[in-house]
Amino acid sequence: MSVLSLRGLRTNIGQYAVLHDVSIEVPEGGVFVLLGRNGAGKTTTLRSIMGLWAPSPGSVFFRGRDISGMHTADIARLGLAFVPENMGIFGGLTVAENMVLATRNGQFDKGRLGYVQTLFPALKKFWDARAGSLSGGQKQMLAVARAIIEPRELILVDEPTKGLAPAIVDAMADAFAEIGQSTTILLVEQNFQFARRLGRDMAVIEDGRIVHAGSMADFAADAELQGQLLGLSA
Amino acid sequence: MKGFGMTRWIEKMGGVNLLPVAVMLVGFVLIGAPSSWVTLTVAGLAMGMMVFLMASGLSLVFGLMDVLNFGHSAFVSFGAFVAASVLAGLSGWLGAPSVLLNVAALALALAAALAFGLAAGLFFERVIIKPVYKDHLRQILITMGALIVSEQIILALWGGTPITVHRPAFLEGAWIIGDISIEIYRGFAFALGLVVFAGLYFTLNRTRLGLLIRAGVENREMVEALGFRIDRLFVGVFMLGSALAALGGAMWAGYLTLITPALGGEMMIVVFIVVIIGGLGSIEGTLLGALMVGLVSNYVGFLAPKLALASNMILMMAILMWRPSGLRPAVK
Repeated sequence: MSVLSLRGLRTNIGQYAVLHDVSIEVPEGGVFVLLGRNGAGKTTTLRSIMGLWAPSPGSVFFRGRDISGMHTADIARLGLAFVPENMGIFGGLTVAENMVLATRNGQFDKGRLGYVQTLFPALKKFWDARAGSLSGGQKQMLAVARAIIEPRELILVDEPTKGLAPAIVDAMADAFAEIGQSTTILLVEQNFQFARRLGRDMAVIEDGRIVHAGSMADFAADAELQGQLLGLSA
Repeated sequence: MKGFGMTRWIEKMGGVNLLPVAVMLVGFVLIGAPSSWVTLTVAGLAMGMMVFLMASGLSLVFGLMDVLNFGHSAFVSFGAFVAASVLAGLSGWLGAPSVLLNVAALALALAAALAFGLAAGLFFERVIIKPVYKDHLRQILITMGALIVSEQIILALWGGTPITVHRPAFLEGAWIIGDISIEIYRGFAFALGLVVFAGLYFTLNRTRLGLLIRAGVENREMVEALGFRIDRLFVGVFMLGSALAALGGAMWAGYLTLITPALGGEMMIVVFIVVIIGGLGSIEGTLLGALMVGLVSNYVGFLAPKLALASNMILMMAILMWRPSGLRPAVK
């Protein structure tokens, strides 16, 4: 059974129709990658799932339940976490305060906290520092750490490698591979090399429509299709 | 390098938090006479604390929900008139030789203003503000309209004639230290403002609720994506802000001792100046702005009375030229 189903998702922002017909099935476990060029509708898809843009009724199903039209906070409480493109870090708060906000009752589960700090050791070092003073890579780590400090059923991640140094990108890939063992991740990405390392299933969005869906292995092996859909040269 | 060193030293010593102290020092040099300076300084600090009460809610409301509430001063007016009515009804207790009865009358008057502010804030947020979230133009129009309606309600209920506000006997008079005279009421207003600031500071910096408010001021959308209904939190913050404005109005009424329905509207400009100087969404910034406005108003009123009205505007312009987002903004 799919964790998440988008069925004919349409989203308008103001008077502009951004998503026309997005239908994907995100299976349980592992990393599902949504690829697409700039402005194709990747971010709008994630924001529509989270209720941050109003999607068409009856188009977003989480574990079979229609969540389109629900309040963002109520969607999050179902077990969805969101790591936005701008990371959504509270720069004026400390790393610890950012993390504690993501817990259900303001208390850390010690085992879970240890797991997160092992995954991202830099956060332990800067635990009491203001999040705004962290580097771009550390902020991204904090954003992901915040999403997994509680067990989630689905994590939506929007372009986590944007603007990061190659070494940090590698570290993030390792972290996502680890997280994907226990949680389903819907990853939006433009960096195809990063995406192919992680993705099991994938879809390509173009001009607000899904134009291809399948396994990442098949897509990675088809250079012609990559060139056609993503403009990648062989 | 020397200048850079000085800047770092100032930041280490407290940075912009030192500004009220700097204003006091400049005031001392310009005024000369220590007794006049102490009197003016206490008056300025007391005024600052009362304005802080009025302004703190407005700053949080703007910071948290991006709502421009020009009707905020209605809570100041209502707080003043409700408290004045309670004090008038308890005039027997006010003049009694028992300090206990004095305190009880004052406490009831302030509690009535607070309770009215809470209830009016709930009504205002649900009926006036909620339909115009995310639309600044409509917010300005509808809250200005609500302010006019509120002033007319006050006129209808209390009339247009100035109303005398009775103070409890224990707050009348002054402490005399040498040739220095300090009005007891001003000392009380300062102390009350300090207690409210300490309470707000503790709540914002030491509780989970405060953490949510600070996070919401920075990035409302992300707080919601973490699973919190910021709209419900906002109702509570709006009610608290309205209640504090009413409390500030009640204290201001006691300070003026003669009030008219225009009281709130007159204070609105000062309140907005304080919020802008302090930086949106910041309680510490609001306190700094309020203290500076209070001090500058009193010093300039003494040194150059013709400039008194313009002094706050000049102060705001000077601060904004130096720091366009205000002294300690939580929202930029």
